[in-house]
Amino acid sequence: MMSKLIFEKSVPGSNTFSLPSCEVQETLEIPADFMRNEELKLPEVSEVEAVRHFTELSKKAYGVDSGFYPLGSCTMKYNPKVGEWAARLPGFANIHPYQPEETVQGALELIYEMEKMCCEIAGMDRFTLQPAAGAHGEMTGVMIIKAYHKKRGDEKRTKILVPDSAHGTNPATANVVGFDVVEVKSNSRGLVDIEDLKAKMNDEVAGLMLTNPNTLGLFEEEIVTIASIVHEGGGLLYYDGANLNAIMGVCRPGDMGFDIVHLNLHKTFATPHGGGGPGAGPVGVKAHLAEFLPVPVIEKKGDKYVLDYDRPMSIGKVKNFYGNFGVVVKAYTYIKALGRDGLKDVAYNAVLNANYLRHHLSKYYHIPYNRLCKHEFIANSKFQLDKSGITTMDIAKRLLDYGYHPPTVYFPLIVNEALMIEPTETESKERLDGFIKAMAEIAREAEEEPEKVKNAPHTTVVKRIDEVGAARNPIVKWEAGK
Amino acid sequence: MMKYTPNPPQVAEEMLRSIGLNSFDDLFADIPEEVKLKRELDLPAGLSEIEVRRELINKARKNITVDEYPCFLGAGAYDHFVPAAVDQILLRSEFYTAYTPYQPEISQGILQSIFEYQTMICQLTGLEVSNASMYDGGTALAEACQVASSGKAKKIIVPDTIHPENLAILKTYAWSGKFSLEVVPGQNGFMDVEAMLGRIDKDTAGVIVQQPNFYGLLESGIEKLGEKVHQNKGLLIMSVDPISLALLKSPAEYGADIAVGDGQVLGNNLSFGGPYLGFFAATEKLLRKIPGRIVGQSVDSEGKRAFVLTLQAREQHIRREKASSNICSNQALCALAATIYLSLIGPKGLKDIAVRSHQMAVYAKNELIKKGFKLKYEGPFFREFAVKMDNPREMNRRLLQHGIIGGYELKGAMLLAFTEKRTKDEIDKLIAVLGGENDE
Repeated sequence: MMSKLIFEKSVPGSNTFSLPSCEVQETLEIPADFMRNEELKLPEVSEVEAVRHFTELSKKAYGVDSGFYPLGSCTMKYNPKVGEWAARLPGFANIHPYQPEETVQGALELIYEMEKMCCEIAGMDRFTLQPAAGAHGEMTGVMIIKAYHKKRGDEKRTKILVPDSAHGTNPATANVVGFDVVEVKSNSRGLVDIEDLKAKMNDEVAGLMLTNPNTLGLFEEEIVTIASIVHEGGGLLYYDGANLNAIMGVCRPGDMGFDIVHLNLHKTFATPHGGGGPGAGPVGVKAHLAEFLPVPVIEKKGDKYVLDYDRPMSIGKVKNFYGNFGVVVKAYTYIKALGRDGLKDVAYNAVLNANYLRHHLSKYYHIPYNRLCKHEFIANSKFQLDKSGITTMDIAKRLLDYGYHPPTVYFPLIVNEALMIEPTETESKERLDGFIKAMAEIAREAEEEPEKVKNAPHTTVVKRIDEVGAARNPIVKWEAGK
Repeated sequence: MMKYTPNPPQVAEEMLRSIGLNSFDDLFADIPEEVKLKRELDLPAGLSEIEVRRELINKARKNITVDEYPCFLGAGAYDHFVPAAVDQILLRSEFYTAYTPYQPEISQGILQSIFEYQTMICQLTGLEVSNASMYDGGTALAEACQVASSGKAKKIIVPDTIHPENLAILKTYAWSGKFSLEVVPGQNGFMDVEAMLGRIDKDTAGVIVQQPNFYGLLESGIEKLGEKVHQNKGLLIMSVDPISLALLKSPAEYGADIAVGDGQVLGNNLSFGGPYLGFFAATEKLLRKIPGRIVGQSVDSEGKRAFVLTLQAREQHIRREKASSNICSNQALCALAATIYLSLIGPKGLKDIAVRSHQMAVYAKNELIKKGFKLKYEGPFFREFAVKMDNPREMNRRLLQHGIIGGYELKGAMLLAFTEKRTKDEIDKLIAVLGGENDE
């Protein structure tokens, strides 16, 4: 059933929202010049109809609580409910960011402790929790790279190196911060090509942005060499923390030689992704870069926590107030609940689950780098494409009929027809076996009844959508009578 | 200790053997020994849910909430009412545990809610297109500057009467990025329109106006700035408060090309400054230049109406270093809160809230004047104004002793904000303490 839009359910006079009766006599003191002439066209619905409307919409969505969600590089693990409870405590949810410090000591203490825990997990010296998402963290980190070279008077460094397997946000970020992007090739093993890196590292390079394990799910085994090439060339090493889940408690970006790190609280630390945010992208640095962190940082003076804005070398502010505090509360709760052993247990099980899937799926699908992986791996539709013209998109859509959220598709760009599969640690063997069975069944269908796969999905509320038409003739809002 | 890994040890062992490994450490055989952590993380041991909750409650208790003490702070975050139904819907886990709707066939609910959000933002601002949300009002403003300066002209003119945190963010994005910023000092709490007009030339990419401005005042001369910047092929960028738009002229009526702002006031808790959402609306002409996710309406293979992420060729995952912005995750759940909020409140409710907030502010202003207080700046305001006092910090301390969270401290003044939640009693008490009554 197609859902009507909330605007199509509007009935004039049906909204009965009310305020307390007015206790003051004052009238409007706003001159007519400033007043709106246009009618305000918001929908008018009753509370019950509004609630039913959004409940109906929720039934046409799919979350981690609905089922398996192996979306590669997104780490769609279970979001513990105690985190939702914690962020809603009035002492966190109902405090204003400008309240006097003495009235928000609990919040400042939580941020302070969270910073310390992030430092320990990532092997860094200081963190800011201000960035609102991973890409925002990248931006903050690359600004720090820029500020570092600027302070040293080394302003010819106008380039950032990015591997060809990197997330799109890496090159986009470098560009937004005014750097030129130079791509570093991957070698035949799916790792950074050391010779290509050497060739491209020079005194115009400000730094290298690297994800480790990388987007193929492979650990960059030559990380120590990579770090020394970049450092000897005068650059800084930036760690994209999207894939930290695989190595927590096993190894740390700081010990690998990274100078700057961002973490994705909505991946590694199990805060829900909210259908597209809010996330949080804390940024950590080694001691020599701490002076560049955004203001304010939180310090402890005696037994009081204070906001410190007096940092002359700071890159400035990157976001209003102190970041996505509510998200930080959830991540803090998660780390406290799991503790040192629990975090390591996460990494072990994430890697075990990924390798289990990789091993068993390799009977049915081509796995371009079929060796020990970390949190995720890449499969593709090569066998199915060669035999019956079945694409990765077809396989993804057919998975919908089996009740699964498909993996990330067509990324990373260096693998044709990629299916990027990240099961996470919160899936049981039964779930994984169910997924393997579904994938095996689709592989069989691709051979024996390819049309069934090509025309999938068959069971969803809508069928395949005309995306080209949507972009050619964009309709981005509802209009009466249209 | 809490654990969310469901496989018991014997099952994990079985899985390990099935892939031909002997020990769990073999899973990390590809990591060089020299970078391995040869000790445990220096973190506390895990806790049970009982202990975790105890610890979180103890932390939360150290904070004083706006439910306990009436709050007269605004300055970019406001204590507006949030109906109970908003949070009940946000807790539908199909919404909050989902990722960005990359697979439209099983994400129609989320996509439709974003489409409805985009429509509501267009209705409020009067503009033609909206994206699916940004991190907050400040970063949305910075991204607007990036859109404006995507051509040859690089200069952004901004009055110092905008929110100081927004200005700080602009400065960060400007020094590190691709636009230059000219900050024009205001006069008597208002932007200096003549001085700004004098700065507009063919190198001007955009002019920013915040309405109401940081001091709560209503700026004049916006149309004039718009005309001149348009003559010079630049953009008029307005930063606005969505609650105020129920009463005040929309950015479209002022001739703005881009309207941004913070949507916290639309159904989002104060939450110590975040998560909130930034909204971003623009004219149709700018549709292919705006940052972030956009949901479009299309049809499925059977001709049924369907929604899908669209115009993705602007975005980082397709365009990489040529993308219009690096944004990926936005603040979708906060935008959903705004959509639910506006559906529950409706057009009349929103106007009532705007009027009541204004009335309460006017009442407070009149009472303060009766007590001999003077305003720092004279002029029309919406729900916030600055009142002169010698030592606002000391005054806030005194207010706190009387169970009141005072205003935002300015030099020689206090910026006080009022919402529909404030009562006459609370305001009377505020003024009594400010006036030195009730002194112990």
